Amino acid sequence: MSASIWRVDIVVLPKDGVSDPQGEAVKSGLGLLGISGVDRIRVGRHLEVDVAAADEAAARSIATTMSEKLLANLVIEQFRIDSIRALQPTGRQL
Amino acid sequence: MNRGVAIVSFPGSNGDRDAVDAFAESIGVATRLVDYREESLDGFEAVVLPGGFSYGDYLRTGAIARFAPVMTAVQQFALTGGPVLGICNGFQILTEAHLLPGAILPNRDLRFHSEWVHIRVETGETAWSSAAADGEVLTMPVAHGMGNYFADPEILATLEHENRVVFRYCDADGHLTEQANINGSMHAIAGICNQKRNVVGLMPHPERAADPLLGSPDGLRILNAVTSFVGRLV
Repeated sequence: MSASIWRVDIVVLPKDGVSDPQGEAVKSGLGLLGISGVDRIRVGRHLEVDVAAADEAAARSIATTMSEKLLANLVIEQFRIDSIRALQPTGRQL
Repeated sequence: MNRGVAIVSFPGSNGDRDAVDAFAESIGVATRLVDYREESLDGFEAVVLPGGFSYGDYLRTGAIARFAPVMTAVQQFALTGGPVLGICNGFQILTEAHLLPGAILPNRDLRFHSEWVHIRVETGETAWSSAAADGEVLTMPVAHGMGNYFADPEILATLEHENRVVFRYCDADGHLTEQANINGSMHAIAGICNQKRNVVGLMPHPERAADPLLGSPDGLRILNAVTSFVGRLV
């Protein structure tokens, strides 16, 4: 079966209830800028990962494993996979 | 073979040679730098993960160092009861490696704190606090942007119940104040130990306070514990 390259977008954010000093700082910066009405900001990380996998489910599984083991620290962070799309077939045989 | 203290050098460690000086010169025990690519800690009697910015602090502090080849041996050493001390980045690595519970967040005020602090010894019953007295106030430097200890309420309760908070930030008289808690750590935690009490992590730098010439010899109140498992060189 030939593999494709899948582009996976992974978002890592502080867990609810975990303090986010960066988010607080950005929020206060927006206040200084005169932008009001900002109720809450959480600062995290967006990772764009290109991964070779047989199909979308396999790509999702690889992305989930890497998120759980390294990309997010589940003590303080949560992650979600925002999108997975095929880039192009590699022509390689899995 | 008694090889003494292994000080692990990761790419980006900067407290490794300070630690070697403190153990070898100020205390006088056999000490060797161990490269992060080494896979064995055979013969060592204690392991120190030093301060610094391993792997550039990329992703999260300590997150990538945790997967360095040497860490399998560190895990094994710790799980078999060997004394392991994590200083600053070393503490962050120990939490990422799940050898210590909780995690370290950015400092509450987002500032990098490089200053002298006071910490209170909460328990002398760990591998690395046995030379100090309960309630003793020690003065030593911190240098970190991420030192804000976090754990969920259940883990915090366990740490307190099992007397595993080893050091807390305090004022010069040993009182816990909001101001003394420089990074906003929960329960003013500056250091903790694992359940077996052989693994200890702390944010302040005892190795940078190992001689009066450096401003304080108080770090030796912690590091001297090493002589209970490593013989001094004659």
